[in-house]
Amino acid sequence: MIRLENVSKVYSRGARPALEGIDVEIERGDFVFLVGSSGSGKSTFLKLILREERPTGGDVYVAGRHLNRLTSWRVPHLRREIGAVFQDFRLLPNKTVYQNVAFALQVIGKGRRDIEATVPEMLELVGLAGKERRMPHELSGGEQQRVAIARAFVNRPPILLCDEPTGNLDPGTSVGIMRLLDRINRTGTTVMMATHDDEIVDQMRKRVIELKGGHLVRDQDRGVYGLERA
Amino acid sequence: MRLQFILGEVINGLRRNSTMALSVVLVTFVSLTFVGSAALIQTQIGQLQDDWYGKVEVSIFLCPTDSVSEQCAQGEATPAQEDAILAVLETGAVADLVEKVTYESKEEAYDNFVARADSSLTQYLTADQMQASFRVKLVDPSQFETVADATQGLSGVESVKDQREIFDNLFAFLNAATIVAAGLAAVMLLTAVLLITTTVRLSALSRKRETTIMKMVGSSRTLIQLPFMLEGAVAATTGAILATLALWFGVQYLVQDWLSSSVGWVDYVTGDDVLAIAPWLVVIAFGLAASASLMTLGRYTRA
Repeated sequence: MIRLENVSKVYSRGARPALEGIDVEIERGDFVFLVGSSGSGKSTFLKLILREERPTGGDVYVAGRHLNRLTSWRVPHLRREIGAVFQDFRLLPNKTVYQNVAFALQVIGKGRRDIEATVPEMLELVGLAGKERRMPHELSGGEQQRVAIARAFVNRPPILLCDEPTGNLDPGTSVGIMRLLDRINRTGTTVMMATHDDEIVDQMRKRVIELKGGHLVRDQDRGVYGLERA
Repeated sequence: MRLQFILGEVINGLRRNSTMALSVVLVTFVSLTFVGSAALIQTQIGQLQDDWYGKVEVSIFLCPTDSVSEQCAQGEATPAQEDAILAVLETGAVADLVEKVTYESKEEAYDNFVARADSSLTQYLTADQMQASFRVKLVDPSQFETVADATQGLSGVESVKDQREIFDNLFAFLNAATIVAAGLAAVMLLTAVLLITTTVRLSALSRKRETTIMKMVGSSRTLIQLPFMLEGAVAATTGAILATLALWFGVQYLVQDWLSSSVGWVDYVTGDDVLAIAPWLVVIAFGLAASASLMTLGRYTRA
């Protein structure tokens, strides 16, 4: 599903590489934590998969596409295969919960009937049934993140990328979000989550990829957050 | 769905940015009115030239009895000289350029003058003081120089005059007016481009959140950029339509109704001429908006 072969990324000439010699393969249906301190290269890793950045060296394959050779006008098609969730939710403040989720379908040209069938189903899945007409500011942080997840997943992409999805949430709420991501993963969706939250990683016991200074230092099945503590 | 979405975004954008949109409308309106005026003045010049040049003649004035001109040192033109001149015009080198030659004798010139001028001027004038001439109608009025060169030096010819000279001042004035209008139009069009650029940029920035999400979920670049481009285009096209209306009313009421009734012997531009240039004004407006948006959007909504 996602494959990086000897990938490196240098932002400006002469600077320390943000990523160097990364080899990773993630299969369909995997749940992967991407851990590492700030500046370890997690964001660059995600940006390469979303093709917000191009690798300086090596090859990136996502959902059967060789991203090095992907022309910019085909990038939207790649993005439809990847749902993305962020720490800051990125909801549209002047649209209701329903409209926020529907927006993602509207702008990729889905028909009204399609939208009217899919959006309530998705809100049900993320546990927001009955809150369709609320505005984002009327929701708690956890609920807002559920809206964001619904929006990312409403098009049923085979890959879900989450960048610190629990970073702004308290531990109790985070557990709910992790359950939701786990449920989505069980539908066969590949979930990749960058996080700092050691408790969550330790609890979930999923595959852990750890970056340090742009190098891959660990790729472990059923891992925990920090080796030294295990 | 897509069309509805795009239209919705365009209307939202225009409403949110209504003052900027209005300023784009007004600037394009004024600038295109100048562009249109310049075009109409040129149309008018063309019409006058077609109309008047067809009527004008070349006058070959023959030596009168007491000319001070060096050419006429030998006195009044003799019938033999007149025949020689006529021969050059009708069978000589320039015969192909000449459509018709008429001879105006001193007496005819006198009669024509008396008929036009008032009696206080004519009472001391005699036919002998008048000047005989050949009136030459050319196939192509612009070939004046050739005919003038061929006849100027002939004996018995005092001077050769092109009636087109009478209009040259008027056309020079109208051409100058065209240049002024076009110059103002150029400045205003530049302003319009800058203003559209700013408007589109503001609009794109104010909807950064939406466009970021659109990029994230895989919306095509067209769908992301089209609403902004259409916003500029709608405003500019509105300006073009207003300019067309202004020109049409201007021509209808100022030129056709007012000017025609006071100076009636001229064939003026009509509302139809305005409608003929209207599509070009719209094309200019649309092109301006599209190019201004493209330059800006490349930077603000890149994938």
